[in-house]
Amino acid sequence: MDFGLSEDQLAYQQAARDFARGELAPHAAEWDAKSEFPIETIRRAGELGFCGIYTPEALGGLGLSRLDASVILEELAAGCTSTTAYITIHNMATWMVATFAQPGVRENWVPRLARGEALGSYCLTEPGAGSDAASIKTRADKRDGRYVLNGGKAFISGAGATDLLVVFARTGAPGAKGISTFAVPADSKGIRFGKREHKMGWNSQPTRTIAFDDVEIDGGHRLGAEGEGFSIAMKGLDGGRINIATCSVGTAQAALDRAQEHLNSRKQFGQMLSQFQALQFRLADMVTELVSARQMVRLAAWKLDTGSPDATTYCAMAKRFATDVGFEVANQALQLHGGYGYSREFPLERHVRDSRVHQILEGTNEIMRVIVARAVLREGATEDLR
Amino acid sequence: MLNQDQQLISETAQRYSREVLAPGAAAREKAQAIEPEVFEGLAGMGLLGMTVSPDWDGAGADYVSYAAALMAVAEGDGAVSTVMSVHNAPFCAILERYGSPAQKDAVLRPGARGEFIGAFALTESHAGSDASALRTRAVAKSGGYVINGSKQFITSGKIGKYVIVFAVTDPQNPKRGISAFLVPTDAKGYSVSKIEHKLGQKASDTCSLNFDDLEVSAENLIGAEGEGYRIALSSLEIGRIGIASQSVGMAQAALDAAVRYAAERKSFGKSLLEHQAVSFRLVDAKTRLEAARQLVFSAARMKDAGVPCLDQACMAKLFASEAAEAVCSAAIQTFGGYGYVEDFPVERIYRDVRVCQIYEGTSDIQKIIIGRSLSA
Repeated sequence: MDFGLSEDQLAYQQAARDFARGELAPHAAEWDAKSEFPIETIRRAGELGFCGIYTPEALGGLGLSRLDASVILEELAAGCTSTTAYITIHNMATWMVATFAQPGVRENWVPRLARGEALGSYCLTEPGAGSDAASIKTRADKRDGRYVLNGGKAFISGAGATDLLVVFARTGAPGAKGISTFAVPADSKGIRFGKREHKMGWNSQPTRTIAFDDVEIDGGHRLGAEGEGFSIAMKGLDGGRINIATCSVGTAQAALDRAQEHLNSRKQFGQMLSQFQALQFRLADMVTELVSARQMVRLAAWKLDTGSPDATTYCAMAKRFATDVGFEVANQALQLHGGYGYSREFPLERHVRDSRVHQILEGTNEIMRVIVARAVLREGATEDLR
Repeated sequence: MLNQDQQLISETAQRYSREVLAPGAAAREKAQAIEPEVFEGLAGMGLLGMTVSPDWDGAGADYVSYAAALMAVAEGDGAVSTVMSVHNAPFCAILERYGSPAQKDAVLRPGARGEFIGAFALTESHAGSDASALRTRAVAKSGGYVINGSKQFITSGKIGKYVIVFAVTDPQNPKRGISAFLVPTDAKGYSVSKIEHKLGQKASDTCSLNFDDLEVSAENLIGAEGEGYRIALSSLEIGRIGIASQSVGMAQAALDAAVRYAAERKSFGKSLLEHQAVSFRLVDAKTRLEAARQLVFSAARMKDAGVPCLDQACMAKLFASEAAEAVCSAAIQTFGGYGYVEDFPVERIYRDVRVCQIYEGTSDIQKIIIGRSLSA
């Protein structure tokens, strides 16, 4: 058993850290304030391979593992949570097209996506179907070997600024088994993007609704088999959950770094803040919980990499735990900064705003509990999950 | 239980909050300003000089009524409740207790009638929780004082007409060397050097102030020279009851919105409220909020009875502000993705309520004070 990172992992970590410090952190506050989607910066991340981290090398990706991806994405998230979170969604969409697309569509799209020259969006959620994803209503009706897409999606990251939409739509009966997946070029006729959502955080990436009005899709753009859509969505989400959990860990690390600096530099009542035991203990709790969250995320990533049958459960546990811990660490770092923490001149309030949504999306933490509860209640599960 | 008068004040404020404050809260945040009609509305109900005696044109209400009114106003708009809170106490409360008859006539009377907004300037960049580390100086000079220095995080520093400024008059004496001054914001040498961009409460201005050879006459000294520290501390009880009340009000608004949504929204074939985990979370939120409310009222009752209640006020502020954040976070979580976007009010309320654990003494400072009573 080895908990250390390999030389390769350390090298990727350093490259990601350099990129985060040089290209992300200095601009994160401005992108947040202006709600600016930094496409050029994302392309430069793509040049380093960060847009197709676990996409096969043959298709232009880095061909790395989920664990490697977590090491890289954590560093990026410490520079800009919101931009990195979009990059993780793009990685998931790219992986999905690489894994499930038919030849032709795959070769046409994946290398561009993996290099960041084209960007992707993952389109599952609808206004009436959030946590209950199997209840989506968007339809893809078959007509002469083509599909016609009608309906609408909500809360789609990158929508309006991305090139390829991975869309989940109903091709059959109600329920999970009637759903299929499609790679839909964003400039297809009949697609309308709604207004940009005003959100608490994640402001460097646009979030929009999408309306499909008789959008025709070539049969070759279906991903996987008809009816396989829900299973594809869930496979993607296992990795997506590790990614979001990773973004929480990276953000919390940035907040912890700041909090430590602050305690070591600010004086009140004649002594450094670092000399107050209550504050020392708080920082001790923050780092302890953060380290356990990181280990939990890496364990789940390893489970996914090794095809462990309980990977979904571990991904859900890691997502629930790391996003709760990540938010709490950021929030405590804000509190340790007092009034400065509430001000936009310091990044703490942005860390809090950005990491709050991690407890909501990619399956709310309530849905994570549903998954874990289901798994742990099975006979013998308490013995297996250890 | 509230008595009839308290109930009437609470209901009047709630109606105004529902009809005027809540519907305009999002627009006020966007404009980063509070429209003058709101202050006229609050003044009309007597909410801007609530506990000031009718002898000085105040409403003469008790502290329980004050807490109930602040809860109601905060339910509609947290930023408005902050301006109201600072204006009532410390601003009016200090003038009523320590102001000279001339200061009361000229400033407290119109202030208690709500004709302008008052501010309180204690915090400096390196003196937040530790108020005895002030550096702003006031030097006596030909029948008056010349003030130099700067203040930070001052609520209403821009919209306020008068600010109570704390400055060092005797640098040799760290606690007895501070004095309080009544400073008109149109005085020469007074300037707002920055308006903070904050996480929340954006409709209320939070300012950095600069005093550059600002001259005030001796009549602007509040209380005696060297009495500043005592004056600053005098309004802590009511100030903290105020923040605790605001916390309760904002959290109530978020909880109500979450309960309405949970009753309407369906997932997995039933309403969210019918999912036990959702229902239990809202039950916990309601229970914590009710406990906070009762703690606030109990501190206010002690204050009404003239019993020292600093510990209770600190406990109420500590508990209510932390409960409020938890309640607002539970409300966001109940809304799922909709909780994170502006279409529903809960993300704004969450951002607004977060500062209640910071201003008027951080939660840690409350614990330091409450902790002293453990060894007393």
